[in-house]
This record gives sequence, structure tokens and C-alpha cells, in this order.
Amino acid sequence: MRHLKIKQFEESFFRVIMFLSTLLIVLTLFLIIFTILYKGLPSLSWEMISQVPKGGFYFGKEGGILNAIIGSLYLSFGATIIAMIISLPVALFINIHLVKRKKLVNAIRFILDLLWGVPSIVYGAFGFAVMIYFGLRTSLLAGMITLTFLIIPIMIRSMDEVLKTIPIGLMEASLSLGSTRSETAYKIFFKQSLPGIITAILLSFGRAIGDAASVLFTTGYTDNIPTSISQPAATLPLSIFFQLTSPIPEVQNRAYASAIVLTFIILLISISSRFLFNKFNKHNIKS
Amino acid sequence: MKITLISRNSKDKFHFTWMTICLIIILFLPLLLGIGLYLKSKLLLDSTSVFDILFSKEWSPIEGKFGMLPFINSSLWVTIIAILIAGPICLFSAIHLTQYAKKSFLNFMHPIIDILSGIPSVVYGVWGILIIVPLVSKYIGPFFGKETTGYSILSGSIVLAVMITPFILNILIDIFQTIPKELQEASLSLGATKWQTIKKVILKKALPGIISAITLGISRAFGETMAVMMVVGNVTKLKYGVFQPGYPLPALIANNYGEMMSIPMYDSALMFAAFILFAIVLLFNFASRLLIIKYEREIK
Repeated sequence: MRHLKIKQFEESFFRVIMFLSTLLIVLTLFLIIFTILYKGLPSLSWEMISQVPKGGFYFGKEGGILNAIIGSLYLSFGATIIAMIISLPVALFINIHLVKRKKLVNAIRFILDLLWGVPSIVYGAFGFAVMIYFGLRTSLLAGMITLTFLIIPIMIRSMDEVLKTIPIGLMEASLSLGSTRSETAYKIFFKQSLPGIITAILLSFGRAIGDAASVLFTTGYTDNIPTSISQPAATLPLSIFFQLTSPIPEVQNRAYASAIVLTFIILLISISSRFLFNKFNKHNIKS
Repeated sequence: MKITLISRNSKDKFHFTWMTICLIIILFLPLLLGIGLYLKSKLLLDSTSVFDILFSKEWSPIEGKFGMLPFINSSLWVTIIAILIAGPICLFSAIHLTQYAKKSFLNFMHPIIDILSGIPSVVYGVWGILIIVPLVSKYIGPFFGKETTGYSILSGSIVLAVMITPFILNILIDIFQTIPKELQEASLSLGATKWQTIKKVILKKALPGIISAITLGISRAFGETMAVMMVVGNVTKLKYGVFQPGYPLPALIANNYGEMMSIPMYDSALMFAAFILFAIVLLFNFASRLLIIKYEREIK
């Protein structure tokens, strides 16, 4: 009887621990969001997100971080578009042309998963080496290329996960009606999985805009808004980082406010992708 | 009719070619990364032996000494402590979410995990400076009777632990969900309690999966740069300890990129640091992915 009691105690003990672990994770998220909001909101102003840094900005004078917001958006848009041009065909190719060759497809997925795991600082160093090799200078273009390397595996694998779920009957039906494989790919599979593909693209965009280590050496930094892709650009994560290393409290406070801006952009992307997915996924053929 | 057919066929050919080219580029990317970084670090490797670089403590770029032991050491410490914190929490939470919690609670957790994994690493760094660094210097340090500025290995590990939690938790939840329900039902019907079933059946069955989730977490933690760099102190000292500042490999690369341009050997050393990171992360990823694939095959 006592033996049983101990057992019951053990179970309830671990249940409490397990519940607390989960609670800890949830609380940590709220703590992070609360901390950033609490510290950053007082310094967040319209001026900050609508102006570029003026003289003495890094000493606590007037100006804002518009250069970094625009720079980050340019950079991530560019990288996402280049990555899309490469990723979409690969994802479709794996799921349509190679669908019968299971072993090859699994090997490709394996390599993509490996690439996904490569740290962004390694891509940064590699991108820097490539940049020097081609004689480029730190610029939007060099940053875009580096970021493209980083997000391609993410994009292909997320698209692949969606395309994988499309019933093979759909492909067979399309092919038997006389359409070519590429027509099946772009006109049937692409349309059928469009919500998922958009989610994959938004996910990659969010990853691109938040990443700092990979663009640290390739994008440079400037107080101006770039007007061409051969100019350097500021990015939001780096702008936060630089403002935070300043000893002046006003500048540090602005770093917290900039962190709100970055977090807000990323949350917006993540929420809208979820919304879009739920809204449009209803109309699809399910297996 | 014929013309449209020809144009359709050539379109198909065009798409096929482009798809193949893209796929080949992607598949060669890991090789390209490895070769590129190796070629850049060759300058250093030609003058100093690998053994000297990896196991020498002396780091002084001006004198041409590039011992990376302090950095490798810091990286290992930060990663190991982060895993020791995040691993058990994720495991407990994953069991709770998949075995005990209601479905609606799991649905509530999914966006939470998503958001946690979406927060950029710089924001984690900001949070670390605001909360974790003071926490370590004011409470945790004094509690153990140590004086610390807070910018320490421990702070880096805690921030890192929070960052890899959503990553590990996601994989663990997947793994626990793939375990067939019949197995649990068989165990329960034999009179085992829920907890006994979890301990003796589920955890045992899921062990390879759990190990690979942790390994993936390690490789993720090993390469994380910005957040760790912001709280870890970035000083190389001969003194070791969790309350001492550290200087992990990724931070070394990120911090010195401006200065190294003038000394080719310095540049080469940092590229070698990137190469080490790449090699280690790839190795860990490789092993754990293989383990996961094997595990999934066995379960099915």
C-alpha cells in the first residue's frame, strides 16, 4: 500500500514539474514582450520611425531610424525575391518530376535540412568571401546575396512540406489530360498550394529581416536611405545593436524602441501569414 | 495547333532546365561553403599546424599568434550550460503538452512557440541585457558568493537556452506525437499507470528522437551569434568559470570583422573559425538527422 502511495506521489510530483516547465516557457515569452514594451514604449515616437538620423543622432540628438527600417525592408524584399526564383522551381521539381524517386528526394531533403542548420554567421563569412572574390563592396546587393543563401533552405523546405500533401491523383489527372509536367507544376500544383507557398515566403521574409549576423559584413551601414543596390544600407537589427553599445541613455532607450519596431514587423508578418493560410486554405482540394 | 504544341514543349523544356540548374546549385551549396571557407583559411593552415591553432591559448593577431582554445572553450561552455537548462524544461513541457494537457492547450501553445522562435536574435540580446545580466550580477552571482558584472558565460547560456527552447520543443512534440497510440493503450490495459507508461514505454521508445532533438539544439546553440555576443562579455581570460566573461567563436568572428582587413593572416584565422563552426554544426546536424530518419522508420 505504501509502495503505491510513493508511486502516486512520484506521478503528481512530476506532473507539477512538467506543468511548471510549460508555464515557465509561456511566462518567458510574456516577460520578453513586456520588457521590450516597458523599456521601449516611452521613447517610441512618430519622429523616430519617420526620419533618418540627423547630425548627433548617436549622441542623443534628433532623428530616427527610418534608414534602418527601409534598408531592412529593401534587403529582405530583394533576398526573398531572389530566393523565390530559385526555391519555387526546386520545390516543384522535387514533388512533381522526382516524385517517383523516393530515395533521391529524401537525399535532397536531407541536404536541405543540413543547410538549414548552418549558422547565419557562417553564411555571413562565406558571403563576405564571395563578395571579395567578385570585387564587390559592402552594399545592398552583397547583403541580398548572402541573405538569399540563408533563406533558400528554409523556403524550399517549407514549400516542400505543403506540396508534399497534394494528392498524387491530381498530378495523374492533369498529366492524363495532356498537360506537360511544367504546366502541371505551375498551373495546378502552384495554384493548389498557393496559401502554403505564401506562408513559406512570409516565413523566409521574417527570418531575413530579423537576421543580423549574416549581413554584418556584407551590407555595411549608412545614415542615408539607399537609392541603388550598389550602395550600402543600414539594417534594423544592426541599428539596434549599434545604439545599444552607446553609453548615452537616450540612445540606449531608442535601441529599445527600435527593438519594438523590429518585433512588431515580425509579429505582423507571422500573424498575417497565419491569417492568410487559414482564409485561403479552405478552398483547396484535400486528399 | 502544331505551333502551340511546339511552344508548349519548349516551355516545358525551359522550365525543366531551369529547375535542374537551381536544384544542382542548391545541392552543391554545402560543398561550396566548405571549400570556400577552407580556401580562405588555407593561408593560416599553411603556416601553422591545425593542432597548434586548436589547442594553443595564445591569441594575439599582431604577433601572428592564433590560438583558438579560449574561444572554443567558451563556445563549449555556453552551449553545454544552455542545453542543460533548456533540455529538461523542453522535455518536461513536451510530455505535459502531448500526454496530459488538453488539445486546446496545445493549440494555444503552438502560436506561443511560433512567436518565440520568430523573435530575432538581437531582440533576445536586448532582453538579455535588460533582464538576465542584472539578474546574474545582483542575485545569482551573490547567491553563490561570486562577484560578477553579469556579462558572463552564465548570462549567455540563459539567453541561449531561451532561444533554443522553441526549436527543441517543436521537435520533441512532433516526436511524442508520432508514437503509436496502441503502444500506450497496451501498457495501460496491463494495469500500468499513466506515469509508468510514460516512463517505461514512451520515453524508452522516443529516446533516439529525444537525443537527436537535443543534438539539433546543440548545433543551433553553437552557431548562435548576436544574442550571445551581446551578453557574454567578449573577453578572453585565462580564468574559467560560469560567472566569468567568455568569448565564443561566433562572437569572435562577428566582433573582429572590421579590423582584420589589414592583416591577411587575421582574415584567414577568422575564416578558419567560421570553418570550424561550419564543420562542427554540420557534423552534429548530420548525426542527429540520420538518427531522426532511422527513428521515424522504426516507428512506422
